Amino acid sequence: MSIELAMRVEDKLFNNRYLVDTGRPHIKVRPHAKPSPQLLSMLKACPARCYELNEQGQVEATVDGCIECGTCRVVCEESGDIEWSYPRGGYGVLFKFG
Amino acid sequence: MIEEKFDAIVVGAGMAGNAAALTLAEGGMKVLQLERGEYSGSKNVQGAILYADMLEKLVPNFREDAPLERHLVEQRFWMMDDRSHTGLHYRSEDFNEDRPNRYTIIRAQFDKWFSQKVREAGATVLCETTVTDLAQDSHGKVIGVRTDRRDGEIHADIVVLAEGVNGMLGTRAGLRERPKAEKVALAVKEMHFLPREIIEARFNLKSDEGVVIEAVGTISRGMTGMGFIYANKECISLGIGCLVADFQRTGETPYGLLDRFKRHPSVAPLIEGSEVKEYSAHLIPEGGFKAIPQLYGDGWVVIGDAAQLNNTIHREGSNLAMTSGRIAAEAILQIKSRNQPMIPQYLALYKKMLDDSFVIKDLRKYKDMPALMHTRSQNFFLTYPQLVSKAMQNFLRVDGTPKIEKEKLTLRSFTSARSRRGLFGDAFRLVRAWR
Ligand SMILES: Cc1cc2nc3c(=O)[nH]c(=O)nc-3n(C[C@H](O)[C@H](O)[C@H](O)COP(=O)(O)OP(=O)(O)OC[C@H]3O[C@@H](n4cnc5c(N)ncnc54)[C@H](O)[C@@H]3O)c2cc1C
Ligand code: SF4
Repeated sequence: MSIELAMRVEDKLFNNRYLVDTGRPHIKVRPHAKPSPQLLSMLKACPARCYELNEQGQVEATVDGCIECGTCRVVCEESGDIEWSYPRGGYGVLFKFG
Repeated sequence: MIEEKFDAIVVGAGMAGNAAALTLAEGGMKVLQLERGEYSGSKNVQGAILYADMLEKLVPNFREDAPLERHLVEQRFWMMDDRSHTGLHYRSEDFNEDRPNRYTIIRAQFDKWFSQKVREAGATVLCETTVTDLAQDSHGKVIGVRTDRRDGEIHADIVVLAEGVNGMLGTRAGLRERPKAEKVALAVKEMHFLPREIIEARFNLKSDEGVVIEAVGTISRGMTGMGFIYANKECISLGIGCLVADFQRTGETPYGLLDRFKRHPSVAPLIEGSEVKEYSAHLIPEGGFKAIPQLYGDGWVVIGDAAQLNNTIHREGSNLAMTSGRIAAEAILQIKSRNQPMIPQYLALYKKMLDDSFVIKDLRKYKDMPALMHTRSQNFFLTYPQLVSKAMQNFLRVDGTPKIEKEKLTLRSFTSARSRRGLFGDAFRLVRAWR
């Protein structure tokens, strides 16, 4: 078993239940030319790998697989790098076990 | 729009919110509880150990119908390096008692049951509703909440904030600080399903007996953190958590850590062949006593994780949440029965009652532990586990080396890794923080 294979987060998230609020992401990254260290650290620290670098070297968030842990809020909200809120009531991840 | 005014609004239907709403409703108050998840528990993550005593105070006969997994008869503590673990096991037949003291639970299922009790007590429970703001009057007094359901406000004499570690409302309203990366841990967790008999055989259990394993060491890569494995009836909860600031500092990924933990030679055989049905993550408050915010104010109180009431040294949180919820509710009921307004002068009763309980007493006892663990994480979570493992192996291998030589070798490995002064310093600090 290769390490990469074992670590595919997408496969892990595939087991979870979600109700995605299409077109209304609950986390927004502030447009930036160069990402701050905080934003960059989220590339690794987000447990659902929602943060990725685009071709221009900016950090983008795709929050469909977000498990609403709040880590990016703790790291990036204060510096104004992101706007963070909970999904609308009933939307987002739905844990069967938790 | 809900026109009527409530005696109390409880935000959140986790352990703290359910305890508070239940106590308030049983005390005759008109209670509205708001929860953003589809049902109580659908957003909540826990290990999880349920402490019976604190629940018994709320639902005395809970054993009759609560969804409990296994009662714990054994606790294992592992100190791990990359290839071994040194373990401490405690197992006792005394734990096979009529009213067991600790159980494993599955939070989503447990919370659903707890929420049903709240409804039966007469509270109005509204799920799929995210509270977006606190409503305040011109003097800053909290008079209710705003939700994402429809415009308008819902009013109440008192708002109980039970929104969990990541609570937005309290921080948005400036009642307390946003959690800091040095003061919260991020835990990731998976649910591994296996047939019951296999779990029982692998963990040495019969019928509903349960085991918990807690593990520290090189699994956290020198970060302040801990791994855990809980045996449920037909699944195993397995996870690991470390300080958010440490994740930032090291660039380790939470899922990478989890996968390495799962593949550790001491762990892999326990979950071999399992089917993973869920992957979750959650924050845990780690700041301890010194991080407790202001607990009450004009028209509001805060309970549970939102108030940082979490004893990470003992892995206790839900019991502190339940207890703070119950105590806050009891204080509110007393104030109400005297027809006094919900203002700080009277709500101080909540803090006074909480100070007298195990919640604050325990947290005060360990007030210096978080700082110690966090500043010396390399020693406690990397160096010592490796040294202990080396010492154990040295002790157990029979290879013709005289025992006196072996002891010297072990001692030397400790002092060369950490110097005599360093060792004594760590031990001294540990003892002082523990007292
Ligand atoms: C991995 C892990 C393992 C743990 N293991 C243990 C253990 O073994 N034993 C133990 O005792 N404790 C354990 N804990 C700690 C325990 O889970 C918490 O202390 C406990 O859940 C706190 O309860 P709470 O009610 O304060 O918060 P939560 O249980 O987090 O509940 C908060 C609730 O509020 C809701 N909410 C939040 N914001 C809003 C809003 N704006 N509008 C509407 N609803 C909202 C949430 O959806 C949620 O239902 C563990 C925690 C983790 C993460
Ligand atoms: S809340 Fe957690 S899971 Fe969601 S994007 Fe932020 S860090 Fe990732």
